[in-house]
Amino acid sequence: MDVQAKKKLGLKEKYAHMTRGLDWETTYQPMDKVFPYAKFEGIKVHDWDQWQDPFRLTMDAYWKYQAEKERKLYAILDAYAQNNGHLGVTDARYVNALKLFLTGVSPLEYMAHRGFAHVGRAFPGAGPRIACQMQSLDEIRHVQTQVHAASNYNKFYNGLHQFRHQHDRVWYLSVPKSFFDDAFTAGPFEYMIAIGFAFEYVLTNLLFVPFMSGAAYNGDMSTVTFGFSAQSDEARHMTLGLECIKFMLEQDPDNLPIVQRWIDKWFWRGYRVLTLVAMMMDYMLPKRVMSWKEAWEIYAEQNGGALFNDLARYGVRPPKGFAAACGDKDYLSHQAWSVFYSYGAAAPFHTWTPSPEENDWLSAKYPSSFDKYYRPLWEFYAEQQKQGNRFYNKTLPMLCQTCQIPMFFTEPGDPTRICYRESDYNGMKYHFCSDGCKEIFDNEPEKYVQAWLPVHQIYQGHCFKEGTDPTAPGFDPLKAVLDWYNLDFGRDNLDYEGSEDQKNFAAWRGMATRNE
Amino acid sequence: MAVKALKPYKGEVKDNVERFHGMQLLYIGWDDHKMFVAPFAFVFPPNMRFGDICEKVLPGAFGYHPDWKKVDMSKAQWLKSSQPWTPDMTKTLAELGLKHKDALRFITPGLTGLKGSSY
Repeated sequence: MDVQAKKKLGLKEKYAHMTRGLDWETTYQPMDKVFPYAKFEGIKVHDWDQWQDPFRLTMDAYWKYQAEKERKLYAILDAYAQNNGHLGVTDARYVNALKLFLTGVSPLEYMAHRGFAHVGRAFPGAGPRIACQMQSLDEIRHVQTQVHAASNYNKFYNGLHQFRHQHDRVWYLSVPKSFFDDAFTAGPFEYMIAIGFAFEYVLTNLLFVPFMSGAAYNGDMSTVTFGFSAQSDEARHMTLGLECIKFMLEQDPDNLPIVQRWIDKWFWRGYRVLTLVAMMMDYMLPKRVMSWKEAWEIYAEQNGGALFNDLARYGVRPPKGFAAACGDKDYLSHQAWSVFYSYGAAAPFHTWTPSPEENDWLSAKYPSSFDKYYRPLWEFYAEQQKQGNRFYNKTLPMLCQTCQIPMFFTEPGDPTRICYRESDYNGMKYHFCSDGCKEIFDNEPEKYVQAWLPVHQIYQGHCFKEGTDPTAPGFDPLKAVLDWYNLDFGRDNLDYEGSEDQKNFAAWRGMATRNE
Repeated sequence: MAVKALKPYKGEVKDNVERFHGMQLLYIGWDDHKMFVAPFAFVFPPNMRFGDICEKVLPGAFGYHPDWKKVDMSKAQWLKSSQPWTPDMTKTLAELGLKHKDALRFITPGLTGLKGSSY
């Protein structure tokens, strides 16, 4: 008998076998009914086989890699928890950056899981279907590991206990939520530009990386570890996003104007979400990695600039709002932190005024703007606080109809003037924080008239717990709204100075480092 | 079509005036005082006198700022939808033609925030 031992299949061959015939033409039902979302956005595709997936990862290899990563990650998380690793962070103020991440970003990972599952089903081509399926699984892994990493902090610190409940309710969380809802309710091609390209490729270095390096600089090994574990998936995600945009542009010249408008839109929407990261980097990390302005210059101006030079051969130009965003780099983080400081009663994390040393750091990093515009404010607040007159703004702010952020952004080129823009649509006025947000609305007003703006919803009476009587004597609407948020007043919110987190951290660290 | 969709699509308007229990939204911002980070969103009945808003509501909203006690509302310069606008303090919102979701801002000449910082 002549038995020849068969050579094992290589990854490429395995991939080819796995995807072989997955994109068959249906006969019982027309293809347009099986893939109803494939054409309505106007993107023309002539040959799905042109889709390149450089990773060609097969499912068995995928499970093997991911399982290995999970084992390492959970070994470190366990060790961190058992050794009370949280007492080794620079300062408990740092934990507020984690609260921001868990309430604002982790629920988006879950939405990304759903989104990629959906668009993976919607594409008629086999290549993107496989890649989207794997990314969908990655994303649910990310949200799980993030929740697990944060659950250790939740045992010791306030404000982490209701992240999922709050994501759908709290005023500032409507910003990341509406961002993703906008992407999720678009067609599959727009979703890929929104999340796969703009978010995962163009902006990820300004979203994910600052949180993870912030964790490393501040002694939070558990967050660093889930960051690394997730980051190893990001190479695949970035490739998918870039492959998708190139594919659309190569398939038909008519796709260019559609893709360009999505790039303009999703750069701007993503940039608005990054507002939270800007203030986190400059104000919330006890030990700073770099300033927001420095990060913007490296990751957006240099790296982003190179990317768009690369894409220029397809006729793509940099996003319309890019210059405006670069113009804001001296102001954004300071303006944003002043919002959270003044509305510090209404968010489930702590805020504070920068210390004199921190003011000096900010002044050195922002020589043209900090002393002129922002130092007087922080020094005034610190002085008032000393006199027991800490500012908590109780009057609700006007919000942008598109990004849903309080209208605090300033006119391009003039950091002293609030930027007001408005549109009339079907007999009603709509207000915007910027030309970018106004243009997004004007392109698709029927979508954005539906915005669930927290301030308006509060005034309409939709943000109180069932059974609340707003006509009762002494009714306090702010307290009632915070109650509906499941925010534990006096523990989850208000200033860091005097908070339970601050007291506990000092006491526990004292026990860990001294003999008492 | 005013939205990219599979089929004709009408969005549900979430902020029409009928949803505000007889009130209407009015936004008011104080230029050069970004301690109040964004214009405020208020709800008022249409028969509210504009003067009452200035005398009874705005002090509660803006009073924390040291500039507030120097403000002479009769000298404030107003903008409505970024165009100059002159209110009559004795008239109501309806009489002044202020509609649901109108945006007003006012400038108080000479007052430019803490140490001239616009905050």
